[in-house]
Amino acid sequence: MTDTDTTQATAGDEKRPFDLGTGPGRVLVWFYGVFTVAAASRSIVQMILDFDRAPLAYVLSAVAAVVYGFITYSLVRGGERARRTALVCCAAELVGVLVVGTWTLVEPSAFADATVWSYCGRDYLFIPVILPVTGMMWLRRARTA
Amino acid sequence: MLDALTIAVAAAALALAAWCGYAAYRDQPTKDWHFIGMAVVSLLALAQLVTGIVQLARGERPEQGMTIFIAYLAGAFLAVPAAGFLSLSERTRWGSVTVAAGAVVLAVLEVRLYDIWGS
Repeated sequence: MTDTDTTQATAGDEKRPFDLGTGPGRVLVWFYGVFTVAAASRSIVQMILDFDRAPLAYVLSAVAAVVYGFITYSLVRGGERARRTALVCCAAELVGVLVVGTWTLVEPSAFADATVWSYCGRDYLFIPVILPVTGMMWLRRARTA
Repeated sequence: MLDALTIAVAAAALALAAWCGYAAYRDQPTKDWHFIGMAVVSLLALAQLVTGIVQLARGERPEQGMTIFIAYLAGAFLAVPAAGFLSLSERTRWGSVTVAAGAVVLAVLEVRLYDIWGS
Protein backbone atom coordinates (compact mmCIF):
# COMPACT_ATOMS: atom_id res chain seq x y z
CA MET A 1 0.00 0.00 0.00
CA THR A 2 2.62 2.46 1.07
CA ASP A 3 4.63 2.37 -2.13
CA THR A 4 2.09 4.68 -3.75
CA ASP A 5 3.10 7.38 -1.27
CA THR A 6 5.64 8.82 -3.65
CA THR A 7 3.02 10.12 -6.06
CA GLN A 8 2.05 13.76 -5.87
CA ALA A 9 -0.44 14.87 -3.25
CA THR A 10 -3.31 16.91 -4.65
CA ALA A 11 -2.69 20.63 -4.80
CA GLY A 12 -5.40 21.43 -2.25
CA ASP A 13 -3.47 19.73 0.52
CA GLU A 14 -0.43 21.90 0.13
CA LYS A 15 -2.06 25.05 1.49
CA ARG A 16 -1.88 23.97 5.12
CA PRO A 17 1.78 23.15 5.58
CA PHE A 18 1.51 21.67 9.07
CA ASP A 19 -1.27 19.17 8.56
CA LEU A 20 0.61 15.92 8.86
CA GLY A 21 -2.44 13.66 9.02
CA THR A 22 -4.08 14.47 5.70
CA GLY A 23 -3.41 13.22 2.19
CA PRO A 24 -0.80 10.43 2.20
CA GLY A 25 -0.38 11.16 5.91
CA ARG A 26 -3.88 9.75 6.47
CA VAL A 27 -2.67 6.33 5.33
CA LEU A 28 0.25 6.62 7.77
CA VAL A 29 -2.14 7.55 10.60
CA TRP A 30 -4.06 4.37 9.84
CA PHE A 31 -1.00 2.10 9.82
CA TYR A 32 0.55 3.67 12.90
CA GLY A 33 -2.80 3.40 14.68
CA VAL A 34 -3.08 -0.29 13.79
CA PHE A 35 0.46 -0.99 14.97
CA THR A 36 -0.09 0.93 18.21
CA VAL A 37 -3.08 -1.28 18.97
CA ALA A 38 -1.30 -4.45 17.82
CA ALA A 39 1.90 -3.88 19.79
CA ALA A 40 0.10 -2.55 22.88
CA SER A 41 -2.45 -5.36 23.11
CA ARG A 42 0.22 -7.94 22.42
CA SER A 43 2.53 -6.70 25.18
CA ILE A 44 -0.30 -6.17 27.69
CA VAL A 45 -1.68 -9.69 27.15
CA GLN A 46 1.77 -11.28 27.34
CA MET A 47 2.80 -9.29 30.41
CA ILE A 48 -0.36 -10.22 32.29
CA LEU A 49 -0.36 -13.88 31.29
CA ASP A 50 3.29 -14.80 31.68
CA PHE A 51 5.72 -11.96 32.26
CA ASP A 52 8.61 -14.13 33.49
CA ARG A 53 8.81 -16.18 30.32
CA ALA A 54 10.44 -13.44 28.23
CA PRO A 55 10.56 -10.14 30.14
CA LEU A 56 12.91 -8.44 27.65
CA ALA A 57 10.77 -9.32 24.63
CA TYR A 58 7.58 -8.12 26.32
CA VAL A 59 9.12 -4.87 27.54
CA LEU A 60 10.41 -4.28 23.98
CA SER A 61 6.91 -4.76 22.58
CA ALA A 62 5.61 -2.26 25.13
CA VAL A 63 8.32 0.27 24.16
CA ALA A 64 7.41 -0.24 20.48
CA ALA A 65 3.76 0.39 21.32
CA VAL A 66 4.63 3.67 23.09
CA VAL A 67 6.74 4.83 20.12
CA TYR A 68 3.97 3.95 17.64
CA GLY A 69 1.38 5.67 19.81
CA PHE A 70 3.45 8.82 20.04
CA ILE A 71 3.99 8.97 16.27
CA THR A 72 0.25 8.48 15.68
CA TYR A 73 -0.50 11.33 18.08
CA SER A 74 2.09 13.60 16.43
CA LEU A 75 0.70 12.91 12.94
CA VAL A 76 -2.83 13.75 14.06
CA ARG A 77 -1.74 16.84 15.98
CA GLY A 78 0.44 18.38 13.25
CA GLY A 79 2.69 21.43 13.52
CA GLU A 80 6.43 21.86 13.31
CA ARG A 81 7.25 20.53 16.78
CA ALA A 82 5.14 17.42 16.28
CA ARG A 83 6.80 16.94 12.90
CA ARG A 84 10.28 17.05 14.44
CA THR A 85 9.50 14.75 17.36
CA ALA A 86 7.77 12.32 15.00
CA LEU A 87 10.87 12.37 12.80
CA VAL A 88 13.04 11.49 15.81
CA CYS A 89 10.62 8.73 16.82
CA CYS A 90 10.60 7.28 13.30
CA ALA A 91 14.41 7.21 13.37
CA ALA A 92 14.36 5.52 16.78
CA GLU A 93 11.82 3.03 15.45
CA LEU A 94 13.99 2.23 12.44
CA VAL A 95 17.06 1.76 14.66
CA GLY A 96 15.00 -0.42 17.01
CA VAL A 97 13.64 -2.68 14.30
CA LEU A 98 17.06 -3.04 12.63
CA VAL A 99 18.92 -3.75 15.90
CA VAL A 100 16.33 -6.21 17.21
CA GLY A 101 15.93 -7.70 13.74
CA THR A 102 19.65 -8.31 13.27
CA TRP A 103 19.96 -9.56 16.84
CA THR A 104 17.25 -12.18 16.34
CA LEU A 105 18.78 -13.22 13.02
CA VAL A 106 22.28 -13.65 14.48
CA GLU A 107 21.18 -15.24 17.72
CA PRO A 108 17.61 -16.57 17.60
CA SER A 109 17.79 -17.63 21.24
CA ALA A 110 18.35 -14.06 22.46
CA PHE A 111 14.63 -13.53 23.01
CA ALA A 112 12.52 -16.23 24.59
CA ASP A 113 9.47 -15.01 22.69
CA ALA A 114 8.93 -13.01 19.51
CA THR A 115 8.33 -9.25 19.49
CA VAL A 116 6.87 -6.99 16.79
CA TRP A 117 10.43 -6.23 15.74
CA SER A 118 11.82 -9.79 15.63
CA TYR A 119 13.31 -10.79 12.26
CA CYS A 120 12.74 -7.20 11.08
CA GLY A 121 8.99 -7.59 11.47
CA ARG A 122 8.69 -10.76 9.39
CA ASP A 123 5.54 -11.82 11.25
CA TYR A 124 3.97 -8.50 10.32
CA LEU A 125 4.67 -8.59 6.57
CA PHE A 126 7.82 -6.47 7.13
CA ILE A 127 5.61 -3.44 7.67
CA PRO A 128 7.62 -2.49 10.82
CA VAL A 129 10.63 -1.83 8.53
CA ILE A 130 8.72 -0.13 5.72
CA LEU A 131 6.69 2.13 8.00
CA PRO A 132 9.48 4.28 9.55
CA VAL A 133 11.08 4.80 6.11
CA THR A 134 7.85 5.99 4.47
CA GLY A 135 7.09 7.94 7.65
CA MET A 136 10.37 9.85 7.46
CA MET A 137 9.90 10.46 3.72
CA TRP A 138 6.45 11.93 4.35
CA LEU A 139 7.60 14.03 7.30
CA ARG A 140 10.47 15.49 5.26
CA ARG A 141 8.15 16.29 2.36
CA ALA A 142 5.60 17.86 4.68
CA ARG A 143 8.13 20.52 5.68
CA THR A 144 8.73 21.72 2.12
CA ALA A 145 5.05 21.54 1.16
CA MET B 1 -14.94 -21.19 14.01
CA LEU B 2 -17.14 -21.41 10.99
CA ASP B 3 -14.62 -21.78 8.18
CA ALA B 4 -17.16 -20.64 5.59
CA LEU B 5 -17.71 -17.37 7.45
CA THR B 6 -13.97 -16.76 7.84
CA ILE B 7 -13.46 -17.30 4.11
CA ALA B 8 -16.45 -15.08 3.29
CA VAL B 9 -15.11 -12.21 5.41
CA ALA B 10 -11.62 -12.55 3.93
CA ALA B 11 -12.94 -12.68 0.35
CA ALA B 12 -15.27 -9.72 0.91
CA ALA B 13 -12.40 -7.76 2.48
CA LEU B 14 -10.12 -8.44 -0.49
CA ALA B 15 -12.88 -7.42 -2.90
CA LEU B 16 -13.36 -4.18 -0.95
CA ALA B 17 -9.60 -3.60 -1.02
CA ALA B 18 -9.52 -4.06 -4.80
CA TRP B 19 -12.54 -1.79 -5.27
CA CYS B 20 -11.14 1.03 -3.13
CA GLY B 21 -7.69 0.51 -4.60
CA TYR B 22 -9.23 1.03 -8.04
CA ALA B 23 -10.93 4.22 -6.81
CA ALA B 24 -7.55 5.45 -5.52
CA TYR B 25 -5.96 4.56 -8.85
CA ARG B 26 -8.59 6.68 -10.62
CA ASP B 27 -7.88 9.52 -8.15
CA GLN B 28 -11.30 9.33 -6.52
CA PRO B 29 -12.37 9.57 -2.86
CA THR B 30 -14.63 6.95 -1.27
CA LYS B 31 -18.25 7.42 -2.30
CA ASP B 32 -21.64 6.23 -1.01
CA TRP B 33 -21.32 2.92 -2.81
CA HIS B 34 -17.98 2.29 -1.16
CA PHE B 35 -19.51 2.98 2.25
CA ILE B 36 -22.27 0.48 1.49
CA GLY B 37 -19.53 -2.01 0.64
CA MET B 38 -17.78 -1.23 3.93
CA ALA B 39 -21.08 -1.75 5.75
CA VAL B 40 -21.51 -5.19 4.14
CA VAL B 41 -17.98 -6.24 5.12
CA SER B 42 -18.49 -4.87 8.64
CA LEU B 43 -21.76 -6.80 8.99
CA LEU B 44 -19.98 -10.00 7.97
CA ALA B 45 -17.28 -9.26 10.56
CA LEU B 46 -20.00 -8.61 13.16
CA ALA B 47 -21.62 -11.95 12.32
CA GLN B 48 -18.23 -13.55 12.83
CA LEU B 49 -17.78 -11.78 16.18
CA VAL B 50 -21.18 -13.04 17.38
CA THR B 51 -20.50 -16.56 16.08
CA GLY B 52 -17.14 -16.61 17.84
CA ILE B 53 -18.64 -15.51 21.15
CA VAL B 54 -21.48 -18.04 20.86
CA GLN B 55 -18.98 -20.82 20.21
CA LEU B 56 -16.90 -19.75 23.21
CA ALA B 57 -20.07 -19.69 25.33
CA ARG B 58 -20.88 -23.23 24.20
CA GLY B 59 -17.57 -24.38 25.63
CA GLU B 60 -15.53 -24.71 22.44
CA ARG B 61 -11.99 -23.42 22.85
CA PRO B 62 -9.54 -21.94 20.33
CA GLU B 63 -6.24 -23.76 19.97
CA GLN B 64 -3.93 -20.84 20.71
CA GLY B 65 -5.73 -19.28 23.65
CA MET B 66 -8.95 -17.46 24.33
CA THR B 67 -7.54 -13.97 25.06
CA ILE B 68 -5.74 -13.80 21.72
CA PHE B 69 -8.80 -15.12 19.91
CA ILE B 70 -11.09 -12.48 21.41
CA ALA B 71 -8.54 -9.73 20.74
CA TYR B 72 -8.31 -10.71 17.06
CA LEU B 73 -12.11 -11.02 16.76
CA ALA B 74 -12.53 -7.50 18.12
CA GLY B 75 -9.73 -6.19 15.91
CA ALA B 76 -11.28 -7.80 12.83
CA PHE B 77 -14.64 -6.21 13.62
CA LEU B 78 -13.14 -2.73 14.11
CA ALA B 79 -10.65 -2.64 11.22
CA VAL B 80 -12.92 -1.57 8.34
CA PRO B 81 -15.19 0.84 10.33
CA ALA B 82 -12.11 2.62 11.71
CA ALA B 83 -10.62 3.00 8.21
CA GLY B 84 -14.04 4.17 6.98
CA PHE B 85 -14.15 6.96 9.56
CA LEU B 86 -10.67 8.09 8.56
CA SER B 87 -11.72 8.21 4.91
CA LEU B 88 -14.86 10.25 5.77
CA SER B 89 -12.76 13.31 6.59
CA GLU B 90 -10.19 12.66 3.86
CA ARG B 91 -12.01 13.43 0.64
CA THR B 92 -9.09 12.60 -1.67
CA ARG B 93 -7.70 9.44 -3.22
CA TRP B 94 -5.80 8.89 0.04
CA GLY B 95 -9.07 8.20 1.80
CA SER B 96 -9.60 5.34 -0.66
CA VAL B 97 -6.06 4.08 -0.05
CA THR B 98 -6.76 4.06 3.70
CA VAL B 99 -9.89 1.93 3.28
CA ALA B 100 -8.07 -0.43 0.91
CA ALA B 101 -5.29 -0.79 3.51
CA GLY B 102 -7.87 -1.39 6.23
CA ALA B 103 -9.49 -4.15 4.19
CA VAL B 104 -6.12 -5.82 3.56
CA VAL B 105 -5.43 -5.71 7.31
CA LEU B 106 -8.81 -7.39 7.87
CA ALA B 107 -7.95 -10.16 5.40
CA VAL B 108 -4.66 -10.78 7.23
CA LEU B 109 -6.50 -10.86 10.56
CA GLU B 110 -8.83 -13.53 9.12
CA VAL B 111 -5.86 -15.74 8.26
CA ARG B 112 -4.55 -15.30 11.80
CA LEU B 113 -8.02 -16.03 13.26
CA TYR B 114 -8.14 -19.25 11.26
CA ASP B 115 -4.75 -20.27 12.70
CA ILE B 116 -5.68 -19.29 16.25
CA TRP B 117 -8.90 -21.28 16.24
CA GLY B 118 -7.18 -24.38 14.85
CA SER B 119 -9.00 -27.25 13.25
